[in-house]
Parts: sequence; structure tokens; C-alpha cells
Amino acid sequence: MIASGAAWLAAADPTVDQAPNPWFSWEYVTTHTTQLLQAGKEHILLTVMSVLLAMLVAIPLALLVRRVRRLEAPVLALGGILYTIPSLAMISVLWPIFGLSPWTVIVALAMYALLVVLRNTVVGLKGVPQDAVDAARGMGYSKFAILTKIEFPLAMPTILAGIRIATVSTVGLVTIGALVGYGGFGSLIYSGFLQNFWHAQIMTATLACVLLAVVFELLLLGAQRLLTPWASRARN
Amino acid sequence: MGSLIEWFTDPAHWQGPNGIPTRFAEQLEISAIAMVVALAIALPLGVWLGHKNRGEFLAISAGNIGRAVPTFGLLVIFASWAPIGVGNIAAILALIIFAIPPLLTNAFIGVREVNPEVTGAARGMGFSGLRMLSKVELPNAVPLIAAGVRTATVQVVATASLAALVGGGGLGAYVVEGFAVQDITLLLAGAILTAVLAVGTELVLAGIQRMVTPKGLRLAQAQLEAAA
Repeated sequence: MIASGAAWLAAADPTVDQAPNPWFSWEYVTTHTTQLLQAGKEHILLTVMSVLLAMLVAIPLALLVRRVRRLEAPVLALGGILYTIPSLAMISVLWPIFGLSPWTVIVALAMYALLVVLRNTVVGLKGVPQDAVDAARGMGYSKFAILTKIEFPLAMPTILAGIRIATVSTVGLVTIGALVGYGGFGSLIYSGFLQNFWHAQIMTATLACVLLAVVFELLLLGAQRLLTPWASRARN
Repeated sequence: MGSLIEWFTDPAHWQGPNGIPTRFAEQLEISAIAMVVALAIALPLGVWLGHKNRGEFLAISAGNIGRAVPTFGLLVIFASWAPIGVGNIAAILALIIFAIPPLLTNAFIGVREVNPEVTGAARGMGFSGLRMLSKVELPNAVPLIAAGVRTATVQVVATASLAALVGGGGLGAYVVEGFAVQDITLLLAGAILTAVLAVGTELVLAGIQRMVTPKGLRLAQAQLEAAA
């Protein structure tokens, strides 16, 4: 697909418009509902899997770093490097390993999301008031109970904020997965581009991607309200 | 691994229009133009809004909405639009839009959130208007503004590799070509070059940021980074 695209790019001239090519076309949406839903499903799956994988690595790492303080600086620095590496480069490095599979995209984006979740978890746990931990210890809470019943709930707003930022960024980045055939709406954007600048498909898929990010943002904000009712009560 | 070393040591890859120096310069050029335009728009606007304490919704939600817009989609929209067309201009425009939100939000918050005790003391000493902005608010906002500039620049330099996907230049050209001809060596070489450029930019800017931060604010800076 990409090889033919590159050859085609050299031949085509976008300044010549042969047929009407509107940016906004409701007809496109109604005639391509199946493709749009399919792409949406793929986009959601890739986003959720990437963020879950990032959490799966970041949260235990945050706990480790809290135990072994001198690991904090190097672990955060490593996360920073992974965050800085362009997703395009990450996908390229993983492609020889995973091939044309969703995992190439998921692992690449998880590495990007890792830092945000890790940093917010570390900061959130650090921000737990020592008094609350001492009180729990005085009441005979075990270390594990202190972690799950006191520290995690109190750190929750910061951790969730990290997950929210990571998720919204990931929704946008999934589009680059089009390069290996797993880009959700990005695959529609790219194939629209390669099919003679099909404006309606490019615009619809881009807007759908923005909409999906907004939905994720609102859902996670809602979850944050539900899981940490005291935070909004304190604000009021 | 051996083939990668061979690729990097082949003199043919260090010259001509597809050589590393040319591709490197293209990527820096795309990034630099995008950053200069984005800075020229976002910094005065953010600083002014922060100084007047107006437009909070614009400055803050720009950051949130900006994150939701896929840069790849923007890039393809510009490249598919006849007046712009495929190539580097489409990439530069997409990167400008990509860079504005973090710059705007940080400039706004940086100026607005200057410690009220500091601005109060300055006001008592007769500072107001432009003098307040230039002598008190701006110097105090430097850490946050610099953090925004650094984040935006690194992201722009990294994302500029996408230009090659829409017929532009830059180091991404190796990656696109590598995918097209299924050449893993070329692909990895492109990935290494873009990664090195992005990480290098981050390190250089971190150093500059430390230098431009006023001495009195360096401790606050360290705390800021821990909380960011």
C-alpha cells in the first residue's frame, strides 16, 4: 500500500480537481457506516490496550521506585527518553519484531504513555499526607492495607489525571499505526490520502478521532468524580 | 547490527539530496519554521491574556482540545487541500497548530499565577502596566514559559518526521522508504536518527532552560518539574 502510494505521489497533482470532492459529506457517512464503525472499534481497542499496558508496567514501577528511592531518578529519566522517541521511530523499531500486527502499535504507544502514568503515580503517592499513613499504622493496618486502603485512594486523583492525559494523547497517536495497517481512523485518513485525496473520508475520520478523544476525556473525568467523591466535595 | 554499522559508515549515505546531512537539515528547517511561527503567535497572546487575566477558557481549553486533534489527520488534510498540496508546507502548518496549545497554556498560567505577594509588593513600589509585566511578571513566568517551549519544541522535532508521509522531506523519509521497500536496515537507521535528534533536542533544551531560569527561581523550578 505504501509502495504504491509513494509511486502515486510522484505522479499525482493535487491542484487538478477532476470531480467534486467535498470535505464534509453526510452521504459519505451513511454509505460508509460499516467501515467507520470498524475503524472506531479498532481505534478504541488499540487505545485501551496501549494505556492498559502502560499502566501495567508503570504502576508496579512506581511502587518499586517508592521503595527503592535511588531508582527514582534513573527510572524517570528512562521514561523520559521513551516519551521523547518519536512514535514513528518506535513503530519502525518494533515492526521487525512484531510485524504487521496490532502489537507493534500497542507496544509503541504504551512506551509513550508510560512516562505520564508513571510520573503521576509517583507524584500522587508522594503527596499522600504522612499523618494519614501514621494514623492507619496506629490502627494496626498492614503495609498492604495501607497501600490499598489509604495511599492508593488518596493518590487516585493524580493517578487518574495521568491516565486521562495519556489516553487522550494516545487516541491521536493511534492514527500513525496506519503505517503498519493498524491505525483505526488513521487507516481511513491514510487510505483517503492515497485514494486521490478523498476529502470526505479524510475529514470524517479526523473529526471522528477528535470526537473519540473528547468521549474518552469525559468518561475518565466522570470516573474520576465517581472514584474520588471527596475531591469534588472539597472543591465545593 | 552489522548491516546498520555498514549503512552508517557508507559515505554514499552522507551526501546528496537523500544523504543524512540533507535530511537532517530538512527536519530542522521544518521544525524551526513551525516553532518560530507558533512562538510568534502563542507567546504574546498567552502573556497578554495572562497579564490581563482574561480568556482563561481559550488559553486552558486550547491545551485540552489541542491534545485531542490528531496531528497526522491535520497533516493529511493540509496535504490533500489543493492550495497547499503535498510537501513540507503541509507539515509546517500542521506542526504550528500542534505547537500552539502547550505554548499558549504555559504562557498564560505562568504570567497569571505569579505569586500575588510578589506582584503586590511591586505594586506598592509603584510598578504597573508594562513595567509590571516586563520587570516582575515575565521574569517570574520564565520557568513555566521555558518548560512549555521545551516541551513543544521536542514534540515538534519528533513529529516533523511525519512530513515524509505526505511527500515532504526530513529524516522520516528513511522510515517511509524503509517500509515501502521492506528494508529493515533503512527503517532502523531512520528510527535511530529521528530518535537521536529528538532526545538530543531534549537534552540541549533542558540545559538552556536551566541557564535562562533566574537564580532565585531554580528551587521552584525543581519542584515544578516534580509536579508536572
